[in-house]
Amino acid sequence: MTVETYDIAQKTPRSSKSAAREPAGAKPIKRIDPGRIMLYSVLLVAAVYYLLPLYVMVMTSLKGMPEVRLGNIFAPPLEITFAPWVKAWDTACTGLYCEGLKVGFWNSVQITIPSVIISIAIASVNGYALSNWKFKGSEVFFTILIFGSFIPYQVMLYPLVIITRELGLFGSLQGVVFVHTIFGMPILTLLFRNYFASLPEELFKAARVDGAGFWGIFLKVLVPMSVPIFVVAIILQVTGIWNDFLFGVIFAGVKNFPMTVQLNNIVNTTMGVTEYNVNMAATILTGAVPLVIYFVSGRFFVRGIAAGAVKG
Amino acid sequence: MSVAKRPNPLFRNLNAKIAAMPMIATTLIVFLGCSIWTVVYSFTKSRGLPAEEFIGFAQYERLFRTSRWLMSMENIAIYGVLSLTISFIVGFVLAALIDQKIRFEDTFRTIYLYPFALSFIVTGIVWQWILNPSLGIQETVRSWGWENFTFDLIANRGTVLYALLIAGIWQGTGFVMVLMLAGIRGIDSEIWKAAKVDGIPTWKTYLFVVIPMMRGVMITTLVIVAAGIVKLYDLVVAMTQGGPGIASEVPAKYVYDFMFARANLGQALAASTVMLTTVLIILIPWIYLEYGKKKQAR
Repeated sequence: MTVETYDIAQKTPRSSKSAAREPAGAKPIKRIDPGRIMLYSVLLVAAVYYLLPLYVMVMTSLKGMPEVRLGNIFAPPLEITFAPWVKAWDTACTGLYCEGLKVGFWNSVQITIPSVIISIAIASVNGYALSNWKFKGSEVFFTILIFGSFIPYQVMLYPLVIITRELGLFGSLQGVVFVHTIFGMPILTLLFRNYFASLPEELFKAARVDGAGFWGIFLKVLVPMSVPIFVVAIILQVTGIWNDFLFGVIFAGVKNFPMTVQLNNIVNTTMGVTEYNVNMAATILTGAVPLVIYFVSGRFFVRGIAAGAVKG
Repeated sequence: MSVAKRPNPLFRNLNAKIAAMPMIATTLIVFLGCSIWTVVYSFTKSRGLPAEEFIGFAQYERLFRTSRWLMSMENIAIYGVLSLTISFIVGFVLAALIDQKIRFEDTFRTIYLYPFALSFIVTGIVWQWILNPSLGIQETVRSWGWENFTFDLIANRGTVLYALLIAGIWQGTGFVMVLMLAGIRGIDSEIWKAAKVDGIPTWKTYLFVVIPMMRGVMITTLVIVAAGIVKLYDLVVAMTQGGPGIASEVPAKYVYDFMFARANLGQALAASTVMLTTVLIILIPWIYLEYGKKKQAR
């Protein structure tokens, strides 16, 4: 996605052409325009709706249970406590055991890292083959791949359970990695194919003249100049895989449940008193990884999610 | 390379074919193979394990007599229509507002989009807490003095769907907004100048000039969002577990429950085939459009 410099609907025209029509003399102050006030009010109200849950989460997680029971979710804590955070991480119960979210965190790390590496390695080579080494039928497979990504996962679940079971991967970390690699392929292949296709063809031709082969061109010429798209792919995959629930709950096996599954188990298995503050701390902890990635890498994140929709 | 005559065309460009093997395997085995398997076995008597005893449409007849399935279908239809409508309107309006050369554009955009980085599980749990009638917004407002204030969407059979909607919209509108903004900014600035010269008000230009010009982005966004709605599962699991009663059940959850918890594979496969059909109904006109466009371009 290229966000162009735009020149639309200006209240204060800046381009030289429209400057000709501007009255001479000092610029009138336009800040108090009622339209602008409306505009910013709407934007602010919307911002409150979007920020509210984050605010409530943080506030609740810093309160003790007696204070939570007072029943004002918007009030900041009278007394800040980090005990819910410690409990969520270390000792919260999932119905099976009471070792906290840290188990799920490390499982998610173990699922995410290999899934991201393998899926990107495979998809980047795929995209390269599809953009630079088209063969008979390659477009057909690519089309099926893209439209296949719209098939609800539920349709393919049971056969995949059989396949992973036959391969001896069902109920293991490798099993989830396998499934993530498969379902990450359409969007990543699209991403890489479009990117490689946008690079100047002379580059590729020159490398071939120099005698570089299929792998040589890919590793020595294309990969080094495609760092941005790899970053986009990594962000897309890390957030996607970290946030996955369905594949984790089915293919990972109880021992290897990722953080999302564990969070859901902590919150939704009611045993005894529900500790909302611990639940909220656990929720923030689970959301922290994708959130940090999002805030650090805004532009790349946007490029990743727009990749599917805005064609290069 | 091209000079050497290969006896078999299959070996031409061999490296590329090897490189594309994972993709070929995925398309053939998973996307085509697994889907066909599911459709075929939805006509069998499978219970705990797949069985080859074919019984025609019996699973479907049973499926459409099951109140939980009918409820699931109704729910996803209502949720889908409302969610699409609201997220498109809100997404477009936010994009148009952000496009007004505002200050702090990046900040606003970041705020509107961040929920999209969060999982449906996180989304569901937060909103479950906020909408919790005994300690959430309802109780808070009551404690401010409005003793009769009622806001218990999540606890009522008739309204629980709207609770899901509030959470779903919160998570997903940012995505629609980003794509809409990209669409708006992709429009030639000459169009805007022409509209200005003609004295057309800004809102009219958006409504009657910009939106029709964004048809491509709109349709693509629609297909992506709609295909995502059909899959709706995590949010329900985290937020309501299908309750109260069966009031917020959805098809994807029906499939999961019958496949893994109830060991009634036949029902699960028939249900997922219905889901597949729904997606195909959304998808086929789009494929047709896309394909037609490519043909025109050549």
